[in-house]
Amino acid sequence: MATTKHTLVAIVNDKPGVLNRMVSLFRRRNFNIDSIAVGHSEVPHLSRVTVIVNGTTAMVEQVRKQLDKLIDVVKIFDITGEKLTGRELALIKVKATSATRSEILEIADIFRANIVDVASDTLTIEITGDEDKIDSMFKLLHGFGIREIARTGRVAMVRGSLGVMRRVEKPLKTRVRKQS
Amino acid sequence: MFGFPGGALLPFYDTLPQYSQIRHILTRHEQGAAHAADGYARATGKVGVCMATSGPGATNLVTGIANAYLDSVPMIALTGQVARHFIGKDAFQEIDITGITLPITKHSYVAMDAPSLAATFKEAFYIARSGRPGPVLIDLPKDVMTDQAEFVYPEKLDLPGYKVPRQGHPTQLKNAAKLINEAKQPLIVAGRGVIISGASEELKELAEKAQIPVITTLLGIGCFPGGHILNYGMAGMHGTGYANKALENCDLLIAIGMRFDDRITGKVSAFAPKAKIIHIDLDPAEIGKNVPANVPIVGDVGAVLQAMQKLIETNRHIDWIQQLEEWRKQHPLLDIHDSEGLLPQYIIHELYEATQGDAIVVTGVGQHQMWAAQHYTFHEPGSFISSGGLGTMGFGLPAAMGAKVGRPDKAVWLVDGDGSLQMTIQELATLVQDNIAVKMAILNNGFLGMVRQWQDLFYKKNYVATPISCPDFIKVADAYRISGLTVTKREEVSPAIEQAMAHDGPFLINFMIEPEENVYPMVPPGAANIEFIEQPKKEVSSWRRQSIR
Ligand SMILES: Cc1ncc(C[n+]2csc(CCOP(=O)(O)OP(=O)(O)O)c2C)c(N)n1
Repeated sequence: MATTKHTLVAIVNDKPGVLNRMVSLFRRRNFNIDSIAVGHSEVPHLSRVTVIVNGTTAMVEQVRKQLDKLIDVVKIFDITGEKLTGRELALIKVKATSATRSEILEIADIFRANIVDVASDTLTIEITGDEDKIDSMFKLLHGFGIREIARTGRVAMVRGSLGVMRRVEKPLKTRVRKQS
Repeated sequence: MFGFPGGALLPFYDTLPQYSQIRHILTRHEQGAAHAADGYARATGKVGVCMATSGPGATNLVTGIANAYLDSVPMIALTGQVARHFIGKDAFQEIDITGITLPITKHSYVAMDAPSLAATFKEAFYIARSGRPGPVLIDLPKDVMTDQAEFVYPEKLDLPGYKVPRQGHPTQLKNAAKLINEAKQPLIVAGRGVIISGASEELKELAEKAQIPVITTLLGIGCFPGGHILNYGMAGMHGTGYANKALENCDLLIAIGMRFDDRITGKVSAFAPKAKIIHIDLDPAEIGKNVPANVPIVGDVGAVLQAMQKLIETNRHIDWIQQLEEWRKQHPLLDIHDSEGLLPQYIIHELYEATQGDAIVVTGVGQHQMWAAQHYTFHEPGSFISSGGLGTMGFGLPAAMGAKVGRPDKAVWLVDGDGSLQMTIQELATLVQDNIAVKMAILNNGFLGMVRQWQDLFYKKNYVATPISCPDFIKVADAYRISGLTVTKREEVSPAIEQAMAHDGPFLINFMIEPEENVYPMVPPGAANIEFIEQPKKEVSSWRRQSIR
């Protein structure tokens, strides 16, 4: 079965060790997590975790159910394939000389990125977007020499008016057995 | 509760005498404490409690916690921890037991302040026993124990992330009922979930109403009466031939409170090849994990079966039952072959006769475990106590101890191997100090028998690291002030058991059994269930004479 990128969104108790519990379930199944982003949610004492992993749908569904059993995980959904707004933020520190500076500024402009720091021989650019956009910008800047890059990992939200706390879980799917 | 003290638990033990309602039993090893709590929980259905001091005490609990986790046993493991200001500094006997046990606990707490202790304990017990039960660890720093706080016991629990499903989905219930009503060759496979849910009565009603034969998993033994005409025994690796044939041929499999462990499925792609599957379990993560279900039902087994009962028509499956009876005759299990030696199957059978099937039987892990499962007939939930998921040698003696403490009214028999017993033999002292009248039947074959059996069948009898010497168990028992006797002949079996039963207090029988007896039937690892091997008609044993005994 083909592996694909999955976006999991979890609402969890804001307590020590919660992330540890979650991540250890991925580790046990040998998942390599592409990115994980954590921050406060709209509810006090609850955090929102966005995890991006590669895996087959069945594997990811199994780990999702396992995560859902954690006492500190209040809700968890696999929102892959839904209409999403997904964003990531990256800071890129790129080498800049007087000869290249204007070209870099131009690229930043095209991507609607901001210059957040200027040093004698570098520029630091802040860019927000989906992974593809950040990857493209990264490629364009590569030739100038990249000193450092920091990416937050994706956060994502399903489009439309429904908040994640109001979402209901779908009943288990019936699977047809393959018989030998 | 079962425990073992140490520096970090001193304040706890200091106050313990003020609570006369708590019985504390000092074990000889923390692993013993964990297994004893486990045995107690399985025998009573209540939460078992074990405790250990920080560092080595806590790590000694690990096997017992893992064992309880894999068999869904409600347990609280309380560990002492170094004082808060030492945590994270590699202080003396500081170990991150919460981190170590993360993957083998249902939940865990580091109790970092005294005011929230009451709520923590209430939550921990609730989580341990509700839903799919499991072990919960509470790590308690020493200075929190000596702190003062007002006792606030919360009325209600605040666990928004904890879901305990109750009733199954109505549509799926209907779908399931339709399949059951239409099936020609239905079969129920029942697991420990039935025992946990207390749903034996509901299971029996369903099986009888629709006339559906019942097979069980190893840990499901006892959930359906052993003598019932619809009981076809245990299936899987050492299951009965007829149970495995039933699996092969059924057109509908109703899996209740079980998780399709590889020991029962055999080769998964060839498992129950003709059957549609209804899977009823409390834990959604078990459904579709190993074997896909045509109808998944998430809910408490008892509640689901009750609801289902109303949708099921009274039915008869005479042809199917006749077919099963035919197989029962063709592949008899209780046939005990001729031998000059003392056969373990015979001993278990005699044990059943003598106790009239009314004992709680606790086992170690190995051949003796399988013989106990096969040849004793269990009528009640909780009467067969064994380590299934983890298969922990050394589980037997301490678990039997815990079972007897929980059910003093019942005869508790340990059926153990000479290898398994030696892993936790120190608990004999606990039996004596706390006067726990466990009766012990050691099936002594001078081998790590189950591993030897695999070497015999799949490694050309290359018996490496399986011949195992043992002390004179009777002398050992005697040193602990426990009575016992050694049995070498068939005719001594029954009198020895009678003597043990009449004896006041613990008693040990050392049965010198046929060293190279194998457990049959057996499904070879990786094979389909239907490829089970049966007892060969005549076994010639050359090893027997050179055996180390
Ligand atoms: C702690 C532990 N170590 C190793 C094993 C592997 N193992 C499974 S059965 C077995 C042999 C058990 O021997 P014994 O207790 O004498 O029982 P028998 O099979 O001879 O009845 C072994 C070594 C295990 N299950 N548990």
